[in-house]
Amino acid sequence: MTSRRQFIGQSAAAASAMAFPLVGGAQPKTVKVGVLHPVTGALAYSGQQCREGVMMAIEDINKLGGIKSLGGAKIEALLGDAQSTPQAGAAEVEKMNEAGVSAIVGAFASAICLATTQAAAKYNLPHVVDVGVADQIVERGLKNTFRFGPGYKKCAEVAVANLHVLNTAAGKPARSVMIIHEESLFGTGTANLLARELPGYGYDVKEIVKHANPTRDFNNIVLRMKQVNPDIVIPANYYNEYALLVRTMQQQKVTPKAIYSVLGGAASSYKFVKEFPEAANGIIDCNHWFSPRDKRSLELKKRVEAKNLFFSYEVFMAYTAMRLLADAIERAKSTDRAAIIDALNKSTFSDHIMPYGTTQFVNGQNMGAQPLMTQVVKGDIKVIIPRDYREVEPIFPLNG
Amino acid sequence: MFDLSILFASVLNGITTGAVYALIALGLTLIYGVLHIINFAHGASLMVALYGVYFLKEKIGLDPYLALPIVVPAMFAFGYVLQRVIINRASHGKDENILLVTLGISIVLENLALLFFKSDTRNIETAYTLTTVNIGTAMIALPKLVAFIGALVVSAILLAVMRFTFLGRAIRAVAKEKHGARLMGIDVDHVYAMCFGIGSACLGAAACFLLPAYYVNPMVGNGFVLVAFTIVVLGGMGSFVGALVGGLLIGVVESIGGLYLGESLGQVGIFVIFIAILLLRPQGLFGVRT
Repeated sequence: MTSRRQFIGQSAAAASAMAFPLVGGAQPKTVKVGVLHPVTGALAYSGQQCREGVMMAIEDINKLGGIKSLGGAKIEALLGDAQSTPQAGAAEVEKMNEAGVSAIVGAFASAICLATTQAAAKYNLPHVVDVGVADQIVERGLKNTFRFGPGYKKCAEVAVANLHVLNTAAGKPARSVMIIHEESLFGTGTANLLARELPGYGYDVKEIVKHANPTRDFNNIVLRMKQVNPDIVIPANYYNEYALLVRTMQQQKVTPKAIYSVLGGAASSYKFVKEFPEAANGIIDCNHWFSPRDKRSLELKKRVEAKNLFFSYEVFMAYTAMRLLADAIERAKSTDRAAIIDALNKSTFSDHIMPYGTTQFVNGQNMGAQPLMTQVVKGDIKVIIPRDYREVEPIFPLNG
Repeated sequence: MFDLSILFASVLNGITTGAVYALIALGLTLIYGVLHIINFAHGASLMVALYGVYFLKEKIGLDPYLALPIVVPAMFAFGYVLQRVIINRASHGKDENILLVTLGISIVLENLALLFFKSDTRNIETAYTLTTVNIGTAMIALPKLVAFIGALVVSAILLAVMRFTFLGRAIRAVAKEKHGARLMGIDVDHVYAMCFGIGSACLGAAACFLLPAYYVNPMVGNGFVLVAFTIVVLGGMGSFVGALVGGLLIGVVESIGGLYLGESLGQVGIFVIFIAILLLRPQGLFGVRT
């Protein structure tokens, strides 16, 4: 028996359901994008920074009228947490696929990106990699995977070539190197590349030390360092361990001719420079960096800092990755996955703050991407190489 | 092969680290010895204490060592209330329930910390953070040396309390025979909660000694809790001397292992010891065979 009240309620629901398509047709639809990062677990800090970058980009895109070729469709973020493990990341991709996202942006760490890009490939789901520097990510022939930033091979080559330039200019004071890296794909891969490149330039790689995430104590590694006494120390690890390592070196009074990081987790981090100005002083890093010449990057930096956050590489890399994707959706004029992939392949995206050459994707890798070399000088991070972006003259060797 | 001076520095480093491990393991072994439960919330409680020390320093500028008189009683109260109000009630007298309740508490605490404090790793900067003390040829960070001495003092106090006070006797009585103790007029629920309180207070002290040379984030406890479990098994479940000796031993093994095998593989030593103890002397170094 249906009561009068129930009848009215049901009728109203039915009427609104029938009316909905009309209302829906009048309003621009949304484009669902999966935003997938390790926002909990060991990599949570970086993951949250990445998420912040993507969300700021979405905010900007929507504020400027959304995707115009889709009638001003707004981008709707579907947030996912990879929990700092590849398995959880892949599981989130499944969920996002079910929820009907048009593309995914993520997933910070190389090991997680390997899993998420592969999971997304099953559904031909476009996946823009925001950081993930391991080159295996774009070397497996996955048609859905695109990385805007440079891989670790490129970074290692640039770093070693520039080290040689700096060292030669200073009269070759440095000959021996010690590499300290974290144990996952990113650190190990970077260390292997460096160990292969460095001897070619006449450097003696005396020791390669691997450590876990998290590592509680770096005293032993620094004691080894004392024994080996290298001219140059190259760390390749994430923020916490990087900070602890450099502080322990300071404590044990180990002062190599240079701390020369390749994708160093804290080397070009405003957080590190602010918290440990003395330990950070003089550190050189070959890393993702924005163009200091571009006014928009400084505006973005101010906005991030106004939120009480640090303008770390995670933020601007993820921000740019989302802008790249939005540009592709705009040109695809569709939320269809294949159309977006096609648009990404043809991308010549240039409206960004990165110091890159012309955007051109070959097998999913942006060939124009490059890292910059920075050095911590007087409590700030300044670009030293290449010359086009140079803000200060490099100081090498440090204790020379 | 390493220089003797470097080996010496590594051993010293291991001993100072081990002392803090011991302090954390003491709390764990006390709770195990009396309540016969494995407290999975131990790591999360340490994290809570570390945040306490951190905010006292950041908000009112209180030095971590001067924070001891605040953090230790606060952690005691935290542990006491946790046991009395949540664990005791939710367990309905079953040990396996307690296990799950403490596991649940750890998940809740970690995620609350994630919610309120974000996942940021936070450090404090003190005037002595990077100060080192020369012992022979080795340089030891001052905060580590203070932690070592502090851990020994706290352990001594704890041992004295257990041996010479009525509370200590009551705790030992409850640990041995809970029904008998109740018949003798001991308030068993109170003793349980006191144990949890004291165990947590140890973490409060550990946090004050740890933070000047370490960091805090919502997951920080996990790194310590596995090591603490190993120490408790090594020293003998419920043995205080065992926890202290075990802590120092594990610290040295970890340090030397790290030096020779590398930091990743170095921890293997800890677990080799763990397995060897379980096989050869399951009651632990100082445990009593039951």
